[in-house]
Amino acid sequence: MTAVENRPAAEIGQSRLRKEDAHLLIGRTTWTDNITLPGMLHLAILRSPMAHATITSIDVSAAKQRPGVVAVFTGQDFAETQGSIPCAWPVTPEMVNPGHPSLAVTQVNHVGEAVAVVVARDKYLAQDALEAIDIDYAPLPVVLDMEAALVADTTLVHGHTSSNRSFTWTFESGAAGTGAPIEDTLRDAEVTVRRRFIQQRLIPSFMEPRSTVVSPNGEGVTMWSATQVPHILRTMLALTLNIPEHKVRVIAPDVGGGFGGKLQVTPEEVICTLVARKLGKPVKYTESRSESLMSAHHGRDQIQDITITAKRDGTVTGLDVHLFADMGAYLRLVSPGIPVLGAFMYNSIYKFAGYRFVCEGVFTNKTPTDAYRGAGRPEATFAIERIMDALAGELDMDPMELRRKNWIKHEEFPFTTVCGLTYDSGNYEAATAKALELIGWDELRREQAERRARRDPVQLGLGISTFTEMCGLAPSRVLGSLDYGAGGWENASIRVLATGKVEVVTGASAHGQGHETAWSQIVADQLGVPFDDIEVIHGDTQSSPKGLDTYGSRSLVVGGIAVVKAADKVVEKARAIAAHMLEANPDDLEFAGGSFSVKGSPGSGKTIQEIAFAAFAAHDLPDGMEPSLDSDATFDPENFSFPHGTHLCAIDVDTETGRATIRKYACVDDIGEVINPLIADGQIHGGLAQGIAQALYEEAVYDADGNLTTGTFVDYLLPSASDLPSFLTGRTVSPSTTNPLGVKGVGEAGTIASTPAVVNAVVDALKPWGVQDVQMPCTPERIWRAVAEGVGGAATADRSAEGTVAYGGASTASSDGSGEGEQL
Amino acid sequence: MTRVSVTVDGVSYQDEVEPRLLLVHYLRERLGKVGTVVGCDTSNCGACTVLLDGRSVKSCSVLAVQVTDRTITTIEGLAAEDGTLHPVQQAFHDNHALQCGFCTPGMVLAACDLLSENADPSEDEIREGIEGNLCRCTGYQNIVRAVQAAASEGRASSASTGATTGVTS
Repeated sequence: MTAVENRPAAEIGQSRLRKEDAHLLIGRTTWTDNITLPGMLHLAILRSPMAHATITSIDVSAAKQRPGVVAVFTGQDFAETQGSIPCAWPVTPEMVNPGHPSLAVTQVNHVGEAVAVVVARDKYLAQDALEAIDIDYAPLPVVLDMEAALVADTTLVHGHTSSNRSFTWTFESGAAGTGAPIEDTLRDAEVTVRRRFIQQRLIPSFMEPRSTVVSPNGEGVTMWSATQVPHILRTMLALTLNIPEHKVRVIAPDVGGGFGGKLQVTPEEVICTLVARKLGKPVKYTESRSESLMSAHHGRDQIQDITITAKRDGTVTGLDVHLFADMGAYLRLVSPGIPVLGAFMYNSIYKFAGYRFVCEGVFTNKTPTDAYRGAGRPEATFAIERIMDALAGELDMDPMELRRKNWIKHEEFPFTTVCGLTYDSGNYEAATAKALELIGWDELRREQAERRARRDPVQLGLGISTFTEMCGLAPSRVLGSLDYGAGGWENASIRVLATGKVEVVTGASAHGQGHETAWSQIVADQLGVPFDDIEVIHGDTQSSPKGLDTYGSRSLVVGGIAVVKAADKVVEKARAIAAHMLEANPDDLEFAGGSFSVKGSPGSGKTIQEIAFAAFAAHDLPDGMEPSLDSDATFDPENFSFPHGTHLCAIDVDTETGRATIRKYACVDDIGEVINPLIADGQIHGGLAQGIAQALYEEAVYDADGNLTTGTFVDYLLPSASDLPSFLTGRTVSPSTTNPLGVKGVGEAGTIASTPAVVNAVVDALKPWGVQDVQMPCTPERIWRAVAEGVGGAATADRSAEGTVAYGGASTASSDGSGEGEQL
Repeated sequence: MTRVSVTVDGVSYQDEVEPRLLLVHYLRERLGKVGTVVGCDTSNCGACTVLLDGRSVKSCSVLAVQVTDRTITTIEGLAAEDGTLHPVQQAFHDNHALQCGFCTPGMVLAACDLLSENADPSEDEIREGIEGNLCRCTGYQNIVRAVQAAASEGRASSASTGATTGVTS
């Protein structure tokens, strides 16, 4: 039997090096694009160069004659069978979903939409044949600007709808009974500050391009795909294509990052399935990066009109949020739910009396938007943390003092917010104190004053973000009340093998998060078996049949707890067998360090490994006992978890060139108990990089014709190592009270918190110029213009401000130079 | 078709290839060296980085026919034959310098090249040295730590054996 003496007293809390690394470090990887099957054919997809057009004719006959080409298909070939890309989150009963063909049939609605597919012997030949497809398009006027899209009698993205509005989703604290009527707080306000913030369009930019292999298999299919959501994909694929669900197997092998970008049922996955079934052959499609940037879903892209009210003493009273959220051309899996998920987070850690949130989902001729790391919550955090700074400016108060005055005090937990959510735990005071010390805040403030006084051309800006987020998606009953089409539970099962080794099957499908390591640590503690004796199995609907996958910082908080619950059941089964073996009463046994012993008689014990073998042999079990320790559990959380933290940014802004350089970035995150500090810190680091990138670097830009002008990594500026600082990270621990591990989730914290800290710092640096806002990304051009224009210039944050390119139309030149906008 | 004759990870190969075939596709699709991956189509991301005669190159911007009579090391050939990880690979593991692992082959080989040129790089030199390789998961912090750790390991071992950390095959 396996020895247990090598086991530390507790695995949880140890910085265990990752099990996942071994094969990744030596290139023995299973990325979907690495898969080769006998007889496999390769797909290349022809994509629309037009943002909005009617397809008047398609001629594929020449392409079919190209060498190595097996078949060419258009939308007409699959018009009756392809169904619609599913939208699982109809946020209102009236929501308009125009339908989303995988392969365009009669009309294209964004550049990059799939219009034809070539099937050939190899990838090069498939790609070569695309040029032989002849398509005529009749252009339609292009809809790009969300507000223009909502004007009456404007061009419709989808001619069969009555407007470009998909939905209007509203929450109001008076009506909900969770706070005062918003109209009362607005009317009674002593101070009112209004701002318009722009959440630019972002591209998730996972490093592994999406890839799908489909092998037809009798009535069904086996699909390998670079997906975050094999289980959701299986169910949705079955529903969309009318394949019996039990005939569909989805495998997510090694998956190279997702960040929400692979939380999707993609047109490419549907097309691969249709073609494989039609030809009866396995097929593979792997996108190029350029295809990925224009056709994989985008994120953010909202206009945020925010009104905050307060008393003269700085006590906040009301928050009124109006959003325009760009859905792009179609609704994908959870597109409408993304901005709505933010609805409960705008009030953040502050005690508002009244609150209103109105979100209008709008169709435009752009790539659809959907989940991107944080998904609704970064937008909310940005808006509230930016407007708290604006309010502080209006009141001439220190921005940290304003926050302190209004946040939920440690002794007030649990606290029910104006949105009706109950925050179970937190300590904003402690996290803030630690962060201020970590960065050396007071010294930086002194230096800032000194540099301001001497009119240093390089000014120092200091930015704050005291944030919280709702994680652990999600209590199923809450999802139901929000009209989401599924639950939020997670499943785990544990198999104890004859030799005492343990297999843990999880429904959370990892793609870089380190579940194999963290779950092993959890089970090692729960069962008292060595870390190395545990194998974690995930990412294949055949071996891990039940789950809801990985997104929304849910894996540990929901999936990890399911593992704990399954382990509890194993222990209870083992207890019965141990009692039989020890001829004792089960209630007289205690379980510690992997061994059952009679209370008060240490050394009399039976190890879990011995019990596992006894269960396997089944020679002498208690009457009626099944010969197995195997267990499974499905856990549905009772509440969200609420990680929080204080992020501080010190940034040098060169007022002559506009260049902003982060000098110091410090964050103290309270993510509750930590299973593996090394992995948790890694999640924070990566999250920070993405949040900082929104503040300073990244933006998906369309020209006036609807062409994505940031369609490669040359133009879409992912930060490199030299663009980012080293981060100072710290932790406080306020354990979650709603789950047995006290964990809260960490996947999105860095991204959610960091963006406003950076922008607040940029704006703070330019305070002597009267600058009140710089639109993201805060490029040298925008900062330079803000300095040049000073008060009343960039301060308005108007979308038509120069240097603003995100919103097509007004300020962007047509690609042929003839557009109505100004030339940049 | 053009003939290519090349040594990859210690094995010699001769193949007829189309002149336009990219090295990365030759490695992946003809030789089965799928440890080397493709992350973009504009030579920005560096995921496909390999060592060509010991120096890092992005194998998406080299044609297969250009490597005749040359020697390539991919991530699959970096560890010792007994499976002992190269010091840079080991440092990536020890410092949690990878999450999804997709950029890792390129990042590790770029770091090898950096260290073969500069055995004692500063943090800024490391950040600039690997700026041609994109990572979306780690924020680079632990990658920088890993390269620092590998550098100090390399200096320690070269002090004792005269060897260097870089690969100079």
